[in-house]
Amino acid sequence: MKKLSASLLLCALLVGLLAGCGGGKAQSTGSAGTLTLNVYNWGEYISDGSEDSYDTVAEFEIWYQETYGRKVNVNYDTYASNEDMYAKLSAGAVSYDVVIPSDYMIARMADEDMLLELNFDNIPNYANIDDDFKGLFYDPEDKYSVPYAYGIVGVIWNAAEVDEADATGWDLMWNEKYSGRILQFNNPRDAFGTAMYKLGLDVNSADKADWDKAYEELMAQRPLRYGLVMDEIYNMMESGEAAIGAYYAGDYFTMLDAQADGVDLRFYYPEPTNYYVDAMCIPSCCQNQELAEIFINFMLSRDAAVANAEYTYYASPNRIVYTDEEYLDDLGEETIEILYPEMEDFAAQYNETAYRNLPQEMLDYLNTLWENVKIN
Amino acid sequence: MKTASRIYTVLLFLFLFAPIAILLVFSFNEAKSLSVFTGFSLKWYRELFHDEATLQSVRNTLLLAVSAMVISTVMGTAAAVGIERLRVKWLRYTLNTATDIPMTNPDIITGISLMLMFVFVGRLFGLANSLSFWTLLIAHVTFCLPYVILQVLPRLRQMDPSLPEAAEDLGCTPLRAFFKVTIPEIMPGILTGAVMAFTMSLDDFVISYFTSGAGFQTLPIRIYNMTKKTVTPKMYALATIIFFVILALLLISNLTDQGEKKKD
Repeated sequence: MKKLSASLLLCALLVGLLAGCGGGKAQSTGSAGTLTLNVYNWGEYISDGSEDSYDTVAEFEIWYQETYGRKVNVNYDTYASNEDMYAKLSAGAVSYDVVIPSDYMIARMADEDMLLELNFDNIPNYANIDDDFKGLFYDPEDKYSVPYAYGIVGVIWNAAEVDEADATGWDLMWNEKYSGRILQFNNPRDAFGTAMYKLGLDVNSADKADWDKAYEELMAQRPLRYGLVMDEIYNMMESGEAAIGAYYAGDYFTMLDAQADGVDLRFYYPEPTNYYVDAMCIPSCCQNQELAEIFINFMLSRDAAVANAEYTYYASPNRIVYTDEEYLDDLGEETIEILYPEMEDFAAQYNETAYRNLPQEMLDYLNTLWENVKIN
Repeated sequence: MKTASRIYTVLLFLFLFAPIAILLVFSFNEAKSLSVFTGFSLKWYRELFHDEATLQSVRNTLLLAVSAMVISTVMGTAAAVGIERLRVKWLRYTLNTATDIPMTNPDIITGISLMLMFVFVGRLFGLANSLSFWTLLIAHVTFCLPYVILQVLPRLRQMDPSLPEAAEDLGCTPLRAFFKVTIPEIMPGILTGAVMAFTMSLDDFVISYFTSGAGFQTLPIRIYNMTKKTVTPKMYALATIIFFVILALLLISNLTDQGEKKKD
């Protein structure tokens, strides 16, 4: 599926020569004054009414009509990766009004003039965003983005198999005692990330020697690995098929909900580790900026924000959410402690350890090394 | 030898149907897991019927498949008749090969080429959304057409050309002879072509991925996009329903086939 995003990117490049995102004329006022809002988000990344949850899109449509007296029709589409989303937008093939990319992609899109500056007069709820999430590297002047959710990578381990004493740091993923029980990420950035954090290297290093060291580390891990996985990790950890793996805190709770008898999943954060932030942005092909801003503001309002945080299990940068009694009650103390670890200075840590956009030459080098990791 | 062949057959069917069986069983699982069966429940079926976005993508997929099937069947049959009547041999061969290209071309190439074309044309007309339901439909008709032609052509060749001629001798206009004689003769080919077009359109992912626009996502695309988190067991429930609907359709079509053979 990686190949697909690659081809989409290539395709975007080709069309990019003709035009970029934007260009066409507004067509958002459909029949009988009904407004159209096109939202493009990750799959399974919004509370959608399943299992009696809050139906964010439907609630927005109702709320908008009650408040502004006009009907709005939200087209809600999903994507599987930042690259997929980027390719579709930069090809100029589709126009969306709101997108929710991850940090490094926001930096790239802002660089390429693919994002509009937000008018914060229409987003008063932005005041509730924690100050820790302002001025981050991908949007230093807070012009283009409103944080939606963030996540931290941690190590998940099965206490039925792994000694508690061993469960610290990245070393657990290289512990020979658990040979054949360890899972590693099946994508180059995250896999090399684990090795580089372990070795104390800069994950955005411009020095090829650093990447070589991480490569050696991954090769050393090879005989200990059960496999390279992405979302297969859910089933493998839940069933006890594997005992150790790294993934996002929010996803750990999804696994915990479904773990089998005899499996006892636990979680901790190694130091340093990866943080990501996904934020709401308005791409330059937006047809109705004000409506898009009203939608973003709605996403920050109490009911929607709490419902989304509960649904996705990712941490929310929204003060209303993590101080909400009901939310804290629903998730429970232990969950909250893991999702929102105490941090001295989030912004500083994040700016240091988050993945940045690597220069093309480095990406190519990384991919070559990665091919070897996979083949050998 | 006999036991060996039996074991072979059992293994073969096991490999073919084990994945479907697992899906079927876990669609009734109470928990969210694909590995641990905690108890029988219809929960995921209930969930599925409350998931408006998924149901909408099912409706989109069906609407698209039916439209693509109807259009490509009509166009494909007309094309087959035209190709068959060509008297210039090299032209017929060229056309035959040309219509096969979308079928033999890798999906990803077809998808990208179509997307590039749609975006280019969209630019010419200054549209903000070049991709829509209509581009998706054009793309699907494009790759369904060859299958229809491939099914109808042999039927036309098998048909005795003197049949429509006889009808015309007896006073039919050529058009009437075509509808009264030719069409019924090649009907089995048309039907098989239509069914193939329908199934090809239904499960296409790659081409749809490139040519779908805002507000119209098909089911395969929706499922693919769920992989940020796990695919929810709702999808197992949906797959189970689709499996049984198709099984029922197959049974009905096989039974009617048998009935017809008996009549013959």
